[in-house]
Amino acid sequence: MKNWINSFLLVEIVKGMALTLKYMFFMPRVTINYPYEKGPISPRFRGEHALRRYPNGEERCIACKLCEAICPALAITIEAEPREDGSRRTTRYDIDMTKCIYCGLCAEACPVDAIVEGPNFEFSTETREELYYNKDKLLANGDRWEAQIAANLLADAPYR
Amino acid sequence: MPKLTINDQEIEVAPGTSILQAAEQLGIEIPRFCYHDRLSVPANCRMCLVELEGAPKPVASCAMAAGDNMIIRTDSDKVKRARQGVMEMLLINHPLDCPICDQGGECDLQDQAMAYGYDRSRYAENKRAVKDKNLGPLIKTIMTRCINCTRCVRFGEEVAGVTELGQLNRGEDAEIGTFIEQAVTTELSGNMIDICPVGALTSKPYAFTARPWELRKTESIDVHDGLGCNIRVDSRGSEVMRILPRLNEEINEEWIDDRTRFAYDGLKKKRLDRPYIRDTKTKKLVEAGWEEAFTYAADKLRTFKGSNMAAFAGDMCSTEEVIALKDLMHALGSDNLDCRVDGEQFDLSEKAGYVFNSTIAGIDEADAILLVGVNPRQEAAILNARIRRNWLDRRIPVGNIGPEMDLTYPVSQIGTTPKDLENLLGQKDGFAHKLRGAEKPMIIIGAGAFAREDGPAIQALARRAAETFGMIKEDWNGYNVLHMAANRIGALEVEFISKEGFNPAQMGIVYLLNVDTPYVLEHIHPEAFVIYQGHHGDAGAKRADIIFPGAAYTEKHGIYMNTEGRPQMAKKAIDAPGEAREDWKILRALSAYCNKPLRYDDLFQVRERIVNEYPQFDLMDEIAVGSWGDFGSEGKLLDEDFQPRYESFYQTNVITRASTTMRECVEQLEEKEERVLEAAE
Repeated sequence: MKNWINSFLLVEIVKGMALTLKYMFFMPRVTINYPYEKGPISPRFRGEHALRRYPNGEERCIACKLCEAICPALAITIEAEPREDGSRRTTRYDIDMTKCIYCGLCAEACPVDAIVEGPNFEFSTETREELYYNKDKLLANGDRWEAQIAANLLADAPYR
Repeated sequence: MPKLTINDQEIEVAPGTSILQAAEQLGIEIPRFCYHDRLSVPANCRMCLVELEGAPKPVASCAMAAGDNMIIRTDSDKVKRARQGVMEMLLINHPLDCPICDQGGECDLQDQAMAYGYDRSRYAENKRAVKDKNLGPLIKTIMTRCINCTRCVRFGEEVAGVTELGQLNRGEDAEIGTFIEQAVTTELSGNMIDICPVGALTSKPYAFTARPWELRKTESIDVHDGLGCNIRVDSRGSEVMRILPRLNEEINEEWIDDRTRFAYDGLKKKRLDRPYIRDTKTKKLVEAGWEEAFTYAADKLRTFKGSNMAAFAGDMCSTEEVIALKDLMHALGSDNLDCRVDGEQFDLSEKAGYVFNSTIAGIDEADAILLVGVNPRQEAAILNARIRRNWLDRRIPVGNIGPEMDLTYPVSQIGTTPKDLENLLGQKDGFAHKLRGAEKPMIIIGAGAFAREDGPAIQALARRAAETFGMIKEDWNGYNVLHMAANRIGALEVEFISKEGFNPAQMGIVYLLNVDTPYVLEHIHPEAFVIYQGHHGDAGAKRADIIFPGAAYTEKHGIYMNTEGRPQMAKKAIDAPGEAREDWKILRALSAYCNKPLRYDDLFQVRERIVNEYPQFDLMDEIAVGSWGDFGSEGKLLDEDFQPRYESFYQTNVITRASTTMRECVEQLEEKEERVLEAAE
């Protein structure tokens, strides 16, 4: 009997509409105006890759190839040889972003925090070829995002 | 025979066995850094500590001989703590630079720190730093990583015979170095890289280029000398990254020489990667397609009669291509074949007359050695190390007839000509006396000694010497010929040799299979049409009218028979560059263009073909024993000195000549000689 009355008077619809109207007029807004507004992301967010440099401009990567070894998607390719000053550096550092699964293991494996997954998630391209990143592209990413990457690493450091 | 108990397991061992070796026989692993099977025991790393019941302190198991009724524990708490302590101590001064260290991934210290180490460090002071040493173009040093195990020093003294490396200073300041800064000049120096348990000595040409886990490992056989050293080819993609030795007690134990180890960069330079044809008008080599080259070659081969064509097979050819070339030439009606491309002349009637009869391991048993026209240090450095070890152990007398040389052990210089050997036969005292008194005397003749007109006479003389000095016994054959070519015996065994002999200068068309030796190139007619098949653009390619690009030894499957007559199988590690192909396949394809197709289409059929006619290739790694007979032909001996075969250890064939590393070695040696001369002045 009670069910019958409820469905006859459309109680559930009224309840639902009340909730909708409450969010429409009285609650703070959730929807954001992307791309002019952006939602918050965690310091641990795993976005686009970047190769970092030391403050003096020296690239961090030492070509240890641990990221290449651990990459479960085999997306990283590295070639190395001694640089003129005898230090160990990569001559090639490629990430195939179409293969990458954004697991973050490369950043996890890196002993010098050179390869990191930065906060950038807006790097869609029109062609696949543009997603085959090379060393120049990754270093440029690093330069562009360094401030935020460094802040993120610092924020996350106490939990590591 | 002492009987002892290790971890509740009883074992009886030979007297003099160390506890570490006894544990190894039981399959119990004891960590170690300074101990090495083939070197003396200094017991300075203390990693192999074990608990001996009744002893107040843990004992170093590598230096403690197994005694009767000893009760040993390697798994107790005390041992575990001792190992952790030693490990912590070793890591105090070891830098944490594994990510940039080339040893990373195959490092004893890394592995053992993981397995037996303590998981944190209590050391907060500054680590010590040691200045790097310049040890030449092959060995890169990062001396801060050194843990002073002294394996390299002992290797230098005991195996290679150079005392240039040593340990300097004491305590905190202890370091390994050359007393005067200079490059290590031994042709075995690469092995120091292998035995270094940490990353203090690493390979300079290989520096930073690859990690051990990304390399594909292929078991192969070396072709730079006649020993057939067992090697492992490490490759990545289509590139050989490095070459390492493989254990074979019968031949190279666990060493290889620097030519074998470091000449691989020559495989990437000056390669022939497509067919070429010499333009008849401009006389220049022009790139061509396979089709074009084959058609041209087949046309040319058809215009000549069988008696007017000849084929030569070079030093580094595998048996497969040699037999393919032989079958092709026979099909074309020619028996003018020769594989002795250095102009060696010797009698082939008995196999014992031109192989290393005592076997390489047999050198350990010899108690007097006579060298004739051979420089074992240049022609077979591994073999020279065996002679040196025998001399170290027992001070055996070694005599030399040939140019004077430094062999890292004392040699009594007897003479320089074959006449001197003839005179030695009649003598009763001096070195002849030592040879007569020996149980197992040995003569080693370099194949280069036969590369003169009186070759067969020298062979007969050497046979007489072997018989006179009692080298031929029921259980011992001390007559040995040391070949430099990797597969000379293999080529001779498949009868790649003309029965009647021929004059190369009368041939209208010549097929050179990997032949770059001046002897052949000088002796063929200047107008002759030359087809060259090989892998490097060297002397042979320069003379050629048609070039077929072949595969180097890392790029083909092959059977090589070493100087002992031991067939060994090499596997293909990488593909040949460009359009180059495996050599027997080229010959098979050419035979089809000549309308005389060979009867085999794949590798197994080629091998079947070889084994059916020559069963000695059936059993890999086994030596077929030959009979002794009257080989060689008595004749007039020339009164000429035996000549040194090569100018330099580092430049002996097309691969080493193309190698930058080998050239650097030569330059460094010259530099060193100059410096020594300057110092002498």
